[in-house]
Amino acid sequence: MSTVSTRLLEIRTGVLSKNDQLAARLRERFQEAGVLALNFVSSPGSGKTALLERTLTELVRAGRRPAALVGDLATDNDARRLERSGALVRQIQTRDMCHLEAEMISAHLEAAGWNLAELDYLFIENVGNLVCPSGYDLGEQVRVVLLSVTEGEDKPVKYPVLFNSADVAIITKLDLAEACGIDLALMRRNIKEVRPGITIFETSARTGAGMDVWMAWLMARCVEG
Amino acid sequence: MHELSIALSLVEIVEEAARRAGAERVVAVHLRLGAMSGVVREALEFCFPLAAQHTLVEGARLEIETVPLVLACDPCGRDVQPEEGSFRCPFCGAPSMHIRQGRELEVTGIEVPDPEPAMEER
Repeated sequence: MSTVSTRLLEIRTGVLSKNDQLAARLRERFQEAGVLALNFVSSPGSGKTALLERTLTELVRAGRRPAALVGDLATDNDARRLERSGALVRQIQTRDMCHLEAEMISAHLEAAGWNLAELDYLFIENVGNLVCPSGYDLGEQVRVVLLSVTEGEDKPVKYPVLFNSADVAIITKLDLAEACGIDLALMRRNIKEVRPGITIFETSARTGAGMDVWMAWLMARCVEG
Repeated sequence: MHELSIALSLVEIVEEAARRAGAERVVAVHLRLGAMSGVVREALEFCFPLAAQHTLVEGARLEIETVPLVLACDPCGRDVQPEEGSFRCPFCGAPSMHIRQGRELEVTGIEVPDPEPAMEER
């Protein structure tokens, strides 16, 4: 190849700037409508759907109006499961995408035809993945990372980027903690090592342990918001 | 692996900039990639030529500058590089969430052919 004389053009543009702009518009819409949007991220099988199922059921029972967008590569299994709570639910099938993007949230909100002003909460269940969802802002006000006791204490330090991007961490499947021989104090320490100052909850969606503290936090956040 | 969607966004941004500058092709793309960007450099290098196919960016070199994680440490009052998997100051041990750099995923510039020297050769 012959050497070509070139000129350099400075650009300075974020590669995800389009997603970020759309996410910022979504966040404005959520704030104006008074809806608290939460983006749930975790590895597959950490218990996102089980926790959401219980959370949605309790919110509906308390007279709140939650909705959920559920991301998976295939099937609408999770949406059908969550619908039983009485909340508005819509499945996002990403086909081969390993994460959700702001554009998908925007498109599915429009297709669902939900009136945001009539909602209190929008739960976004991201695709189970500890790497890819970290860089994509979905317009959420709160990013929640889930970590089940079956995953080991050192998961946060192995995947610092995602844990560092979260505002809240929920340790799940607390009912299995003893069987797994997990050191919960170490797990909490590791979460705080990569995300100093993070709020941590410990729950079991099966037994309901710790759900009251998590629900109280959610209720308080909504009233404030 | 989300690096293919990253590569597609990158190519879109670069193509737009090249068109605006009236360039017919792109020779090189300069990218700053933070250690905390969540992007795997090797995966992005693999996906970039695929994303660039049939665009003005096809055949362009991808030059990546890796940006390490730097935190601002309040007690020390200085910028520090923590150990991997930690957000603690290596000097005083204080945890910090003030990320000075390391989240970058940014095109800083592109190189396009300069038409003028070619004219002189003729």
